[in-house]
Amino acid sequence: MERIEGIAKLTGAERYVDDLPAEGALWGMTVRSPAPRGRIREVRFDPSVDWSRFVVVDHRDVPGANEVLLIEPDQPVLATDRVRHVHEPVVLLAHPSRDAVRQAARAVEVVVGPEEPYLDFALPPRPAQIQRGDDNVMKRIEVRKGDVEAALARAARIVEGEYRTGAQEHVYIETQGMLAWEDAGVLFIKGSLQCPYYVHKAALRALGRDADAVRIVQAPTGGGFGGKEEYPSMIGLHAALLALKAGRPVKIVYDRGEDMEATTKRHPAIVRHRTGVNADGRLIAQDIDVRMDGGAYVTLSPVVLSRGVIHAAGPYSCDNVRIVGHAVMTNSPPHGAFRGFGAPQTHFANERHMDVVAATVGMDAIEFRRRNMIGDGDSTATGQVIADGVDRAALLGRAVELSGWREKEAAHARLARSDPWIRRGMGVACFHHGAGFTGGGEVMLASRLDVAGLPDGRVEVRSANIEMGQGTLTIFTQIASARLGLDPSMVTIAEADTGRVPNSGPTVASRTAMVVGRLVEEACDELRARLGLGPDVVGDSLTQALVRWHAERPGAELVGEAKYEPPPGVRWDDESYTGDAYAAYGWAAYVAEVEVDLRTYAARVIDFVAVQDVGTVLNPTLARGQVQGGVAQGIGWALMEECRWKDGAMENAELTNYIIPTSDDLPPLRVHFEETPWPGGPLGAKGLGELPIDGPAPAVVNAIARAVGVDPREIPLTPERLMALIEDDRARHARIA
Amino acid sequence: MKVPRPADLAQALELLGQRRSETPLVPIAGGTDLMVHWPVRPDARTREYVDLAAVGELRGVRWSEEALELGALASYWDVIVDAQANEEFPILVASARQVGAIQIQSRGTWAGNIVNGSPAADGVPVLMACDAVVVLASREGTREVALDRYYTGYREGARRHDELVVAIRIPRIARSLQRFVKVGPRRAQAIAKVGLAVTRSEAGWRVVAASVAPTVRRCRAVERLLEENGMPSAPEDLDPALREDVSPIDDIRSTAEYRARVLGRVLFDAVRDGAERAG
Ligand SMILES: Cc1cc2nc3c(=O)[nH]c(=O)nc-3n(C[C@H](O)[C@H](O)[C@H](O)COP(=O)(O)OP(=O)(O)OC[C@H]3O[C@@H](n4cnc5c(N)ncnc54)[C@H](O)[C@@H]3O)c2cc1C
Repeated sequence: MERIEGIAKLTGAERYVDDLPAEGALWGMTVRSPAPRGRIREVRFDPSVDWSRFVVVDHRDVPGANEVLLIEPDQPVLATDRVRHVHEPVVLLAHPSRDAVRQAARAVEVVVGPEEPYLDFALPPRPAQIQRGDDNVMKRIEVRKGDVEAALARAARIVEGEYRTGAQEHVYIETQGMLAWEDAGVLFIKGSLQCPYYVHKAALRALGRDADAVRIVQAPTGGGFGGKEEYPSMIGLHAALLALKAGRPVKIVYDRGEDMEATTKRHPAIVRHRTGVNADGRLIAQDIDVRMDGGAYVTLSPVVLSRGVIHAAGPYSCDNVRIVGHAVMTNSPPHGAFRGFGAPQTHFANERHMDVVAATVGMDAIEFRRRNMIGDGDSTATGQVIADGVDRAALLGRAVELSGWREKEAAHARLARSDPWIRRGMGVACFHHGAGFTGGGEVMLASRLDVAGLPDGRVEVRSANIEMGQGTLTIFTQIASARLGLDPSMVTIAEADTGRVPNSGPTVASRTAMVVGRLVEEACDELRARLGLGPDVVGDSLTQALVRWHAERPGAELVGEAKYEPPPGVRWDDESYTGDAYAAYGWAAYVAEVEVDLRTYAARVIDFVAVQDVGTVLNPTLARGQVQGGVAQGIGWALMEECRWKDGAMENAELTNYIIPTSDDLPPLRVHFEETPWPGGPLGAKGLGELPIDGPAPAVVNAIARAVGVDPREIPLTPERLMALIEDDRARHARIA
Repeated sequence: MKVPRPADLAQALELLGQRRSETPLVPIAGGTDLMVHWPVRPDARTREYVDLAAVGELRGVRWSEEALELGALASYWDVIVDAQANEEFPILVASARQVGAIQIQSRGTWAGNIVNGSPAADGVPVLMACDAVVVLASREGTREVALDRYYTGYREGARRHDELVVAIRIPRIARSLQRFVKVGPRRAQAIAKVGLAVTRSEAGWRVVAASVAPTVRRCRAVERLLEENGMPSAPEDLDPALREDVSPIDDIRSTAEYRARVLGRVLFDAVRDGAERAG
């Protein structure tokens, strides 16, 4: 099936928030903190500007609680008397001219009495840097299984390693943007977002309004990758505050620079491993420490940490595991949701470490993984017994075979003897990704979804899950049309407007197709039941029954409703962090082939094989696109995407100097699916969106390590870092010789 | 704001000449340097501009017996599609193809690249390695400045505020080697961390490096070394001469150490390649 909104996007007909006409609208702009930490002494408005022509909003204009409600209420909508990070919003301005408001923002000076910021989460905070509890830790998580110390004591080998990953910017094509206006007592906030009901909840709190006095509407969204999970609440509230004060619509659309320096990024992480292996190369102990930089406010860090910790031991079977995680408060802008949500960081560490361990114990990296791969009946670190029928070792075997690993390795060895500059190598990573919210999260969300039968015989799916390029509209259409035997043209998807659609939860966590897609099926069944029809009634007979129902009851609504119920047998204990962390996992093995040019120390991925099992593939084109996009993003994170920080601010907040891969930097991305249907998902599908970003970085870095014989522990592995590794290594050898 | 668009060169020079040096008119060719920060940099708005687009005399790629002449409005694309340029100046085509992507290649001009004066420019090094001469004109008349003497400091050149670059002249002599190397942070759409243009002809070696000094830099010490000592046997042999010629720094895009080391290696590789071809 073709992508529903594909042609509109391809031809430029799609209207994003920046394109939306808004009569009489003002442009909003944000004045931000210049300092990473301190007390606001004064806000100076340049007297040469006629401020009566501007709408000016500060914290005193927030009618409700001055907090962006999410997990904790610590983040203000607008700073009151102190700031905790550079670019923290302090004052809002609006004016009919976008140009005028841009210039006016430069004429407001936030004077901050500086306090000592905590900027390097790798170091313990000094007393003057403590801002939360007695150690700046905002969340601690511990997972325990078996007895790690005892197992380490009897291990044949213990291998230790420390691995670091950097922040990553989402670089969605469309920057953050929101339009707010009030109409007949109802406040509308419309814009680029992933989670309409998050914005709704935050708006009720900060604006002190009733649920029906606020409507959040998603505008076509040009990419999100998690970056539009939490920040839209902030910018949406800003647009709303200005609109309420102005009595006119207000639009805020960030420039790329503002978007990059002020909004969230992937959490930087440091992961330490201490691994015990017995004489026949089996893992007997995994002792893992995960530390993440949460930034200045809690936002989503506890749950990012949680997912990172739960995935930290990888797709392996080990009886003794201890994983301790800390999310630390620092004075950088809050780090936030980004595709993978903590798992890419811990998977990078684990899969790089697997190569290090294998090399240390003298085993082949592939065989070492195969031998330790989790099998059906084995349990994960949280004690979740895996039994989904997926043959994970076979996925690894298939990836290795498709990549031509053995022949290529031989060719690489020959090349190294004949070419002075070019080196090549192969690298592998095995990994998994849990779909849906972690632990009891889905039960707590209690998602609801409707499928309405329309008078003209079509059905309408009403959900809060949004399209951002990943294919929600198409997938939901497919699922409903398959369930009801209808032509796709008989299915429509309602606009994600909290005034019209129930709360089916956020569009995050690889949950839309799997968890919400299942609700689409259930709501379709319910609709059919309400018509008094059996499950075998499909297609035209169903359409006719719908038309008849409405003809007999003019004006009445016919809605099939679904509410989330966990799959049978899924249980989770949040106290002990044990149980079924996720209802289902996608599993994967990725192989990268890289080429390193010793003249420039640049590494380039020249071939890539991605093999995964995510249950039934609902739409092969979209699924392949998700994997290819995730791999591209992962290669960027591994090799070039680097946020450079200076005094708590991103120094390279522009696309000239924040480098993401172009198509010319990418190899052929060869994508293969094994399909073991999962009975809990729609048509047997599991979540897919995040899995593909977990594996590329370790696969690529493992390949570089083999190509040039170095031991990289940190990404992005830029040419400068790789040069240091190669030259230090050479200098060391020279000294020894 | 209003931007005058003179119809010929005389008008354009007249407009420029009427201004004092404190309030000059800024010429716009492709605008691909000038317009980048338009929305966000206030100083971009307060300047006054003159648009060269209608000045017919400045267009085109012209060939004479002795020289290739690029009009000041000649774009990278004009060179990429010129059959004779592909034949005789593959080094120009190679660098043009590595500038931005097709949008920039078709708008950006060689003259704009020179006057913009970025030390990381891709057009300047190849022109300099081909002994290009910059032809400058004002109401007072015309003068010529060799490109390798054009720059006086970081983003500063010989052009006076009342002058336009009208052409770039490149002598047609036989070159046994033409090599352009751009080391960027990725394979396309990038600003050079190290740039190198090398040619060899009867006139001798020309070695020009970018992104390793405040201006694009002709490496005369390296050239001398090659003339006098012949081929180096390892990249490190070039280091003392390179240290005389260039002074790389740490900045947001790379490190001094990386730039120095990589320049040595790509240079070594380029001249060896030249030697192999000659021999
Ligand atoms: C996306 C993007 C990618 C880019 N990639 C590259 C790249 O890979 N390599 C690279 O080298 N550059 C790159 N650039 C920079 C730019 O495109 C080049 O420097 C280009 O050659 C500038 O030419 P222009 O005609 O657009 O100059 P303009 O922007 O019009 O002018 C540049 C400067 O030259 C002056 N000027 C122009 N013409 C004349 C004249 N006839 N007489 C006197 N002064 C004049 C102007 O006043 C101005 O100071 C890129 C730019 C962008 C936006």
